[in-house]
This record gives sequence, structure tokens and C-alpha cells, in this order.
Amino acid sequence: MSLFGELRKGIIAENPLFVQVLGTCPSLAVTTSVDNALGMGVAFSAVLICSNLCISLLRKYVPADIRIPVYIVVIASFVTLVEMIMNAFSPALYSALGIFIPLIVVNCIILGRAEAFAGKNKPLPSIMDGLGMGIGYSIAILLISTIREILGSGSFMGVELFGSNFQPVLVMILPAGAFITMGFLFAAFAFLKNRKAKVKKGEVI
Amino acid sequence: MGQTFAIIFGSIFISNIVLAQFLGICPFLGVSKDIKSAVGMGFSVMFVMILSSSITWLVNEFLLVRFDLEYLRTIAFILTIAALVQLLEMFLKKNIPSLYKSMGVYLPLITTNCAILGIALVNIQDGYGLFHTIVNAFANSAGFLLAMVLMAGIRVRLEEAELPESMKGLPIVFFVASSMALAFVGFTGMI
Repeated sequence: MSLFGELRKGIIAENPLFVQVLGTCPSLAVTTSVDNALGMGVAFSAVLICSNLCISLLRKYVPADIRIPVYIVVIASFVTLVEMIMNAFSPALYSALGIFIPLIVVNCIILGRAEAFAGKNKPLPSIMDGLGMGIGYSIAILLISTIREILGSGSFMGVELFGSNFQPVLVMILPAGAFITMGFLFAAFAFLKNRKAKVKKGEVI
Repeated sequence: MGQTFAIIFGSIFISNIVLAQFLGICPFLGVSKDIKSAVGMGFSVMFVMILSSSITWLVNEFLLVRFDLEYLRTIAFILTIAALVQLLEMFLKKNIPSLYKSMGVYLPLITTNCAILGIALVNIQDGYGLFHTIVNAFANSAGFLLAMVLMAGIRVRLEEAELPESMKGLPIVFFVASSMALAFVGFTGMI
């Protein structure tokens, strides 16, 4: 596959959240506002790209039996780096994301890409793969957080949208709102997929 | 005594690990298709969570804090948990085969379960002592078990429901989880 193809597949065809259903925990927890989701997306992508590059460079030297612990150490080191940088330059975001920054370590997407892609491919395709998956995941959590913030607080990235008469739907920024938004989005994607299959068969136009 | 009770009640009902803290969503969605595997997963998580929380507490107290290495907490904890799960698997396989049979399949999944690392980190952040760390790990995993069993019970019924095609599978599970989360909001303010 071409380099651009590696980049593109992560965004739609193999979207980590909506197609592979990986990394659901942070996507529910940090999507109460678009700012938080953006921070999480950037932190996640940075870790994914760096770990993919590093693991790809190490792929010939790591014995197959101990590859998982090696991957975990590599990923945990980059997560620690991101944690420190974020704590130093953006303490507000650091405390808003809280425990979900160290938990990037156990995000199945990163270990999954290391195992499925970076451990077998050259550095450049691995970076593109990491970039694509990072963008795909960021788009997905931005979508969820946009819906939740607009309905739940009546604002977008902290800017009031509707004036003082708007009564926010408080439940959308509670945990229940996270689950229901995910439910509607997954149902919408399933609907589009089913429809596409039917159009192919000629059942509906 | 009062604090112990507050931790237990709070972690099971008010800030349920799955429905309010969003930890351990993957097994909650993946292993909740029938009650038997939900119970197996729930008890495996309970076992590993209590063990790993107490060991990571010791690691933090006697290695990281003593030698000023707190910035290595994430790496140290994930390695401790991975090694612990691996050891546990080997120990059970050799010495208690019957337990290994019922728990073995879930153990590798538990290493990358964010609930285990999450609770280990929460215990340190909240400044619990060893006793309250164990209590908190127990209460959180009991909350996990409760959510798993409730979800599995509902999903068994859902198998027979007539759903719109797009709602089948994961979407409806999210809707059910949403109603469960709403129900648990009712416990807020009890302590």
C-alpha cells in the first residue's frame, strides 16, 4: 500500500473507534468538552506516532517472545514524556484529563498498532499508520465531544452559542450522556453501512 | 470505620467504576454476552485488582517515594501489573488447575484492562493507606462485577427482542448502559 493509503485507512476504513471499537474508555470520559477531546487527541496521536516509529526501528532486535513487554515499556516511556510536557505547559488540561493521560499506556489501539503494524513494517509506513490512526481517533472523539458540549453546555470550545435563554441538556455531560451519544453514533454508522450494502445489491436507491 | 464504609458504598454505587468513571469499558462491552463469562471476568478482575493495588502501593511507598522516582510511576506500575498477571497465570496453571481453567482465559486480557492500572493510580492520588487501598480495590471490583452481571442479564433478554437492524449489537448495548448510568445517578448524594 502507498504511504498515503496507510494514512487514509486509519481515518475512515479502519477508524480505531467506530470500526475497530478500540479505546472506548477515554472516548467516553474526556469528551465532556471539545477542548479536552482536542488535548486527548493530540496527546494520543503524539504517543502513537512516536511509539510506532520506535517499535518499527527496533523490530529486528526484539525477540518475538518478549515483544509485548518491550512494546509496553516503549509506550509507557512516551506516555510519561507527554505527561510531563502537558503538566509543564498546560496544567489546566492536565488536571482536566486527569487519570486518563497515564491510562494512554493501556489504550488497546496503541499496543494493537504496535503488534499489528509497526512490529512488521518499515519506519516511514509506520509513522504514516500512526498519523492516520491518530487523526482517525481524534476526529471520532471530536465528533462525540462536539455533540455533548453543544447539547450539554450550549457552547463550542467554551464559546456560548445560544444566549441566556438556552436550557442546557445537563444529562449530556453526565456519564449517561456519553453512553447515549456513542449509541446513536454507532447506530448511525451501522445504518450507513447496511444501506451501502443494500444499494450495492440494488434493493434501495 | 465511617471512611471505610464511605469508600465501599461510594465505589460500588455512587462512582461506579464502569458507569461513572469509564474504566474497564472494553470487557464491559466484550465479555458481557452471557452471565457465566461475566461472572468469571468479574471475579478475575476482583482477584487481580486487589493483588495489584496492594503491590503497586508497596512499590510506590518503598521504591518510588523513597528514591524520589515518582515520575516513573506509570512505567513502574504497568510493569508491575504485567509481571504480576504473568506470574499469577503460571502459578495457577501449575498449582490450582481448576481455578486456572475458569480464570485463565481472562488473565491475559486483564493486563491491558485500564481498570486495574486506573484504580492503582487513583489509590495513590487519593492518598489512601494500605488498608484503604485494599478496601477501595475490593469495592471498585465489586462495582465492576455488579455492572457486568446486570449488563449480561439484560443482554441475554435482548437476544430475543426484535430490534431495528442498525441497533443490533453494540449500539443497543450503549443505550442500555446509558439507562444503567442514569439509574446509578440516583445514588448521588447518599453519602
